[in-house]
Amino acid sequence: MKKIIFSGLLLLILLAMLLSFSSCGEAKEKVVLNVYNWGEYISDGSEGSLDVNRAFEKYYLETYGVEMTVNYTTYASNEDLYAKLKSGATGYDIIIPSDYMIQRMIEDEDGNLLEELDFSNIPNYRYIAEHCKGLGYDPEEKYTVPYTYGMVGVIYNSTMVDEEDASTWELLFNEKYKGQILQFNNSRDAFGTAMYMLGIDVNTTDMTKWNAALQKLVEQKPLVQSYVMDEIYNKMEGGEAAISAYYAGDYLSMAENNPDLRFFYPVNENGEYVTNIFVDAMCIPKGSSNKLAAERYINFMLSKEAAIANAEYIYYASPNSLVYEDADYQEYMGEEGMALLYPDDMDFALVYDTYAYENLDSKMLQEVNNLWEKLKVESSTLGSGVYIACGVLVVALIAFFIVSYVKKIRRRRYYW
Amino acid sequence: MKKRSLLGKAPAAPYLVWSVLFIIAPLLFVAYYAFTDKDGNFTTANFGSLATAEYAEIFLRSACFAFLATVICLVIAYPVAYYISKTQPRTQKILMVLVMLPMWMNFLIRTYSWMAILEDTGLLNTALSYIGLGPYHMINTSGAVILGMVYNFLPYMILPIYTSLSKLDPRLVEASADLGCNSARTLFHVILPLSRSGVISGITMVFVPSISTFYISQKLGGGKFDLIGDTIERQFQTAYNYNLGSAISFVLMILIILSMTVMNRFGEEEGGMVA
Repeated sequence: MKKIIFSGLLLLILLAMLLSFSSCGEAKEKVVLNVYNWGEYISDGSEGSLDVNRAFEKYYLETYGVEMTVNYTTYASNEDLYAKLKSGATGYDIIIPSDYMIQRMIEDEDGNLLEELDFSNIPNYRYIAEHCKGLGYDPEEKYTVPYTYGMVGVIYNSTMVDEEDASTWELLFNEKYKGQILQFNNSRDAFGTAMYMLGIDVNTTDMTKWNAALQKLVEQKPLVQSYVMDEIYNKMEGGEAAISAYYAGDYLSMAENNPDLRFFYPVNENGEYVTNIFVDAMCIPKGSSNKLAAERYINFMLSKEAAIANAEYIYYASPNSLVYEDADYQEYMGEEGMALLYPDDMDFALVYDTYAYENLDSKMLQEVNNLWEKLKVESSTLGSGVYIACGVLVVALIAFFIVSYVKKIRRRRYYW
Repeated sequence: MKKRSLLGKAPAAPYLVWSVLFIIAPLLFVAYYAFTDKDGNFTTANFGSLATAEYAEIFLRSACFAFLATVICLVIAYPVAYYISKTQPRTQKILMVLVMLPMWMNFLIRTYSWMAILEDTGLLNTALSYIGLGPYHMINTSGAVILGMVYNFLPYMILPIYTSLSKLDPRLVEASADLGCNSARTLFHVILPLSRSGVISGITMVFVPSISTFYISQKLGGGKFDLIGDTIERQFQTAYNYNLGSAISFVLMILIILSMTVMNRFGEEEGGMVA
């Protein structure tokens, strides 16, 4: 009896699958848009927020009479995205890489990976703040529409760190906080912390300067608790670590869970901001099967409701004037949030031009990766206990085999 | 006759296609990338760049970690498997399910949870502090990494040993007792040799994933000391250096094949003695 019920169920499932497939074929027109974005980087309907992708599907059907499905997937880093595109994955219609990666995609050795945008389909581009337009990665404003921007700062736990230590990059290299410091687990950002502190241009091609930064990171290694990316959330919120450099927007969401956390943008001796600004921008990669729909998607993302929903969800600064000039949005972010994300006393263009990452050519990238490799494989604070235990065991094993072999031979002599 | 044998081979065809597509072809790709540079020219420079003290240390370290994890797994798994095989058939089923239970959860989630358990402010230290102990520093140590390996791969050791022990004829044990062996001698001269095949496949199934693992060392070791799997992963994920990554994989494969050959040699020899 059980078997009959079971097979009946299986049949039902099969039937249901068949039906759902056939119903796909019935719709007269249907467009699929493949959006590839960072994780946690869009308002997705959780906690009562607006589900931007579903809203776009609805908007598309109402405006153009075409059924739209947004197929949304995520990646963890710019490098992942690049590796995916280069490995021949096609069919993505929208990607949102960071500035230096956009530059790398445009200048790619196998030809430009990005499509030129038709801005007549993106009228909302006019709302983008002037200072976010025509930046180094896309000076002619041909390929990109800024999505968010932000700055790297230092987060620290006020119960574990002295206030007076917290104003410069030195904090990440301070011996006092040995074992409580988190460092980025990606080469560019980790080297960035050392280079900003040493006053080195992060885009330099001078290897002696890169080596100086490596030296600093090697010295820092014994102080570092762990090299992490997303784990920073748990470790900082839980009080496991005291200090880490991370993005301002992420600090705001961490501070909600741990009120002891504080944040500052590192400054130099003149009190000027010395830190990385990044811009993440929407692009259409070559091989997009529906460029028009993709441009409409970009335009939709700049519309007021969607842009505010995203900005409130992500907590990063928005380049969209419809967002940052909106009173409700300002109230939602609070005074501290607004001051952090849109600092008045910062000259955006100056900081961006001086400190933002630019693409390194493939030879330089190789060199930097080699240095990072050196840091990561450098024999660290790891105790020798593992090797000793291993050695003892190996010796014991060998002794055991020799003894049993000798015994075996003796026994043979005895029996024969 | 010929027709029949062809027909007999037909069911194997899907697997043959599968293994050519997903095992042989990727291996060839690895070999190709390992012996070429970025422009596809033949080179052995990838292997040359591996001949440094740092990489040697990573290989040695990975081997040591995997070896220790395997030994610990064996020491824990053998008594457990023996105990399970001695219980009632019904209990055996339940206990086997319990052994497999952790594997129903994703490997990444299990490892991530260990991070929360072992941290200085984590579950274990919090619990210990209630009874006035600690805090003990456990996370980001080599011990934590080995713990992660043992925890994750233990079922792979228990299962084959259990299988070989449950097939063991109890009359042989009785015979050995009748012939005057005490229980220790029975264990070392009858039970252990007869379960050798299970032990050897258990060792293989723990050692190979341990030596090539990458996630455990990153999460439980704090990314401060690399194992070979981390280095390979980085070449493909972030450094975008398929050639070096393939070369490391290639060396690792050869190391694994070598150690497996040695293992199997032991198995055959000693097995022959028992038979």
